Amino acid sequence: MLTLISKRMMLVIPNLIGVVIITFLLTRALPGDPAAYFAGPAADKQAIEQIRVKLGLDKPLIIQFGGYVADLGHLDLGTSLTTGQPVLTELKNRLPASAELTLFGLILSVAIAVPLGILAAVKQDSWIDHSCRVVATAGVSLPVFFTGLLLVYVFYFLLGWSPAPLGRLDVFFSPPPQITGFYLIDSLLNRDLATFRAALSQLLMPGLTLCIFSLAPIARITRASMLAVLASDFVRTARASGLDSRTVILTYAFRNAMLPVVTTLGMVFSFLLGANVLVEKVFAWPGIGSYAVEALISSDFAPVQGFVLTMAILYVVLNLLIDVLYGVIDPRVRLEA
Amino acid sequence: MTDISLSPHGTAVKAPSNSIVRHARYVIAENPVTGLAFGLFILIALCALIGPSIVPHDPLASDTSAALAAPSLKHWFGTDQLGRDIFSRVIAATRLDFTIAITSVILVFAMGGFAGIAAGFFGGWTDRIVGRISDTIMAFPLFVLAMGIVAALGNTVTNIVLATAIINFPLYVRVARAEANVRRDAGFVQAARLSGNGDFRILLMHILPNIMPIMMVQISLTMGYAILNAAGLSFIGLGVRPPTPEWGIMVAEGAGNIISGEWWIALFPGAALMIAVFCFNLLGDGLRDLVDPQRRT
Amino acid sequence: MAKKPTKTEKLLRNSDKSLPLLDVRDLTVEFATRRGVVRAVQHINISIAKGESLAIVGESGSGKSVTSYAVMRILDRAGRIADGTVMFSGVDLCTMPENEMRELRGREMSMIFQSPRLALNPIRKIGRQIEDVLLQHAQVDSAQASEKAIEMLEHVRIARPRERYHAYPFELSGGMCQRVVIALALACKPQLLIADEPTTGLDVTTQKAVMDLTVNLTRERGMSMILITHDLGLAAAYCDRVVVMEKGHVVETAQAETIFRAPSHRYTRKLMRATPRPGVTLRDLLPEEEATSAKPTRHTNGRAASPLLVVEKLMKEYPRNDAGGSLKKLFGPKPTVKPENFRAVDGISFTVGRGESVGLVGESGCGKSTTSMMVMRLIDKTSGAIVFDGEDIGKIPARKFATLPLRKRIQMVFQDPTDSLNPRFTAARAIADPILRLGNGERAFVRERCEDLARQVGLPVELLDRFPHQLSGGQKARVGIARAIALKPDLIILDEPTAALDVSVQAVVLNLLQDLKDSLGMSYLFVSHDLNVVRLLCDRVIVMQAGQIVEQGLTEQVLVAPQAVYTRDLLTAIPHPPL
Repeated sequence: MLTLISKRMMLVIPNLIGVVIITFLLTRALPGDPAAYFAGPAADKQAIEQIRVKLGLDKPLIIQFGGYVADLGHLDLGTSLTTGQPVLTELKNRLPASAELTLFGLILSVAIAVPLGILAAVKQDSWIDHSCRVVATAGVSLPVFFTGLLLVYVFYFLLGWSPAPLGRLDVFFSPPPQITGFYLIDSLLNRDLATFRAALSQLLMPGLTLCIFSLAPIARITRASMLAVLASDFVRTARASGLDSRTVILTYAFRNAMLPVVTTLGMVFSFLLGANVLVEKVFAWPGIGSYAVEALISSDFAPVQGFVLTMAILYVVLNLLIDVLYGVIDPRVRLEA
Repeated sequence: MTDISLSPHGTAVKAPSNSIVRHARYVIAENPVTGLAFGLFILIALCALIGPSIVPHDPLASDTSAALAAPSLKHWFGTDQLGRDIFSRVIAATRLDFTIAITSVILVFAMGGFAGIAAGFFGGWTDRIVGRISDTIMAFPLFVLAMGIVAALGNTVTNIVLATAIINFPLYVRVARAEANVRRDAGFVQAARLSGNGDFRILLMHILPNIMPIMMVQISLTMGYAILNAAGLSFIGLGVRPPTPEWGIMVAEGAGNIISGEWWIALFPGAALMIAVFCFNLLGDGLRDLVDPQRRT
Repeated sequence: MAKKPTKTEKLLRNSDKSLPLLDVRDLTVEFATRRGVVRAVQHINISIAKGESLAIVGESGSGKSVTSYAVMRILDRAGRIADGTVMFSGVDLCTMPENEMRELRGREMSMIFQSPRLALNPIRKIGRQIEDVLLQHAQVDSAQASEKAIEMLEHVRIARPRERYHAYPFELSGGMCQRVVIALALACKPQLLIADEPTTGLDVTTQKAVMDLTVNLTRERGMSMILITHDLGLAAAYCDRVVVMEKGHVVETAQAETIFRAPSHRYTRKLMRATPRPGVTLRDLLPEEEATSAKPTRHTNGRAASPLLVVEKLMKEYPRNDAGGSLKKLFGPKPTVKPENFRAVDGISFTVGRGESVGLVGESGCGKSTTSMMVMRLIDKTSGAIVFDGEDIGKIPARKFATLPLRKRIQMVFQDPTDSLNPRFTAARAIADPILRLGNGERAFVRERCEDLARQVGLPVELLDRFPHQLSGGQKARVGIARAIALKPDLIILDEPTAALDVSVQAVVLNLLQDLKDSLGMSYLFVSHDLNVVRLLCDRVIVMQAGQIVEQGLTEQVLVAPQAVYTRDLLTAIPHPPL
């Protein structure tokens, strides 16, 4: 198992190098004068020159790249023009909000999609199968920001069941003392049930939005791979040796069917992290996505760059976890490592 | 259950010549939704072609006296903050959204499809380089990368098309590569080589035609994704700028009014977006049934 | 842990000894398909006594596997038993509730399948898989389960069973996996074992080992066995009685000895004749009415002075470990240890004379296919020479060879007729492809030429405009052959050309190949695993094992008085029906 992990770690390195090169190229690809861009629209000529020298834009590309990597080594992602804060600090402060939202959405959707997909495959052509197909196709077709707005309209405006879509916590509550940065966990650790309930009620709508969005691909692949496995030779053998349907479905079919599902989780994460940006905008969620969107609108590039890099690194790490999980399930991967 | 009807000298076995048509009819009969999706597709294409010239109101004309009017006979989908007719704007927006999606898909089909086929067929260095490029793209959450690209290259519709194409690149590479790779050592490719076909000719005459159906499915499925992606970018203020009618930006314009109850501003463009994406996804599923009945999901 | 015996169970155990163990009466099985309901099995009667072994023989589509699935009640969703009864120890299985049926499966009747590797759960230890069955049927309590599983592995002669208990299927060979499947099937001491093509895809020597084991174990335990196979020889060699099926009907049931000596039904006779076996000629394989009118058989061509093909010290190496190589090569450090190479073909030399046909025989992985691909110039050699008509074509890179004029002199007939035809080309287009690419001056008459070729290979001309999926297996094989001879090559490599075909079709195709060789004067290099087939078509035989030639010589010599131990093993492994 350790060999597998270290092997996967090795594979992550070229990916990270690629990520750094791309984010670097994105900065240099800025149309017009990057220095003018970084200096912001209000800067005069002298200020632009200063920025140019400060950023090293007068030097050859390869040296600029060296400087960029060195800055990254010092965890220096630059400073936001609008807030004047170092980008790293702001990202660090806002990351827990995004992470809590994404994970909540994912867990919710896996908890619904996997059983739904299995049931649909086991009871093929039943009503549950048909509803699974509808959910799967409709789910991928819903623009995530549109789902969010619909939920807000129905549950906030019409029914009044959920609080106003403004941030992580109602203004009457103060955030729990930071331990993990996840309000749900921190409030529980602090035995503060009122705050927990308030945080949960704020989290529910955006979480549900993400859940609906990621439900479709997971349910779809679960159903498909479960169907394939149920039709496979070894399930036939298991049936022919009289194993009861519980053992056949759970021990034989399910674990094998999970392999493609785990692979798909990588893709789902990619979608989720992207959708996160849109959901944060709809629900005024104070995460890194809305930070990047605000910076984008005011042409403040350093935060955007920092955001893209953070997301990419996060995604690479998540993929690493998925690979390891795959190894836990599949002995072929584990033993051949 | 095959092939014993052959007598020693191979007398004819009855085989239908119109089997593809019959198969298509079967698929549609089995799944009438595919037929519906095809009808929707025609409708969307029509809106894109002639929509802007037949709408009842000028999609850009504002009329502050009629601002925020609920749907009525005069304004079927109501009006927005500036009193513009939402129905006209939704229809007029079809052309732009459709164009963005089509162009980016054609672009990525040309780039990714070709790169993938070459990678799968030649293997070796071609495969490594193509694989590395698509791995690097895949290392980013795709929408986030699209944001980064549009932010860096400049806030224009062209760059939205380009960004959408780039983030779809790995998907096309993967499908085309896998399909080409399984056929690389297929008997008929070997046979083509024995018949004196060079590599390039084999790729063009033997492998490509066999991969096309699956690529068509891919195109249909990614069309929906391309539309979603473009709309998402304009929703956060990238690419298309107001007052241009575009579904994503229209939803963004109506987002603030949702909590005060003016649902129609965001709902109609959002629904249009949803129907378009839904249509392409269903079409893709239908095409997949047509191409490969075994892979139905 | 022990369950109370159910009503059915009591009935089964107490039933009359004189009753047949399994009695299938008037069984009809239907499948719902796109073209409406298809009857895969129609009104068949089969019975098997206690301790008896019965073979069900038939070609593809005969309904033999469907019958066994129906008996086990494991038909897929589209299939159903439409009519008839399946009495097992006096109880009708067709009307038995599913939960009682489930208890019978594995405990009273069990089944082994073809493709053993796929028949096992790929991500569960094999020992655990045997335990699952034992625990399900309450044969042991969980404390003893693993001991019992290890014991079962021992019974099926798996060496080091205690270690192998922890193995996953992918760590075992195909033959080994089949033994595990047998252990699984016999774990609960059932009364009936159904073996569905248990050795298809296994080498002959492995086939013999697996079959011997199955028969010994079932005999020891007094079990009944149903063997389902397409191989009449295998059936007659291992079973007491044989049932022959054709298109969903039972056409004949007889003792194993009589079926070979005096087959009564027309179809059985055809099938029996078509089965390659010692002591017959190629013409004998054809149905009676055609064999009588046939020309005299093979005349061995006198060997000309200079052979057409001379292969000398030919070698092909593959790097042994190439996993995840692409990334390492690009970014990782250079490998410090040079990967050990695997020699697929290890310095072999042989010749093929003009007009001669040479058989290249060996089991899977012996390097025969690699050799043929190198001679074909589809892959490059590592070292050695391939001299074709005086020119060393081994020096020309495979990539370049495709467009050279030499290309048309060496052609090939592929193993799988379906896979070797482009699904988007009509038969005519497929045959025309080499003519269009390499033929000179024949372009104008392509259609005429295609029709000529079609007539030559016995393909009705009206089928030329069909696509591969509209042709039968035998017809596709003919298209492949027509394409290979289109350019009048000097050498044709036949890569198991009949392996994917039913025996009756194989008989026809083999005869066609012989006729074409006689009329066109080509040389054949015939690659095969089946010595009985090679015997019919080849003047000389080369036997390969692990990349090397262990024996070569005239066919009759090698097959009658083999020198190498390996050749002898191969010959004894071929099932010998009681003649």
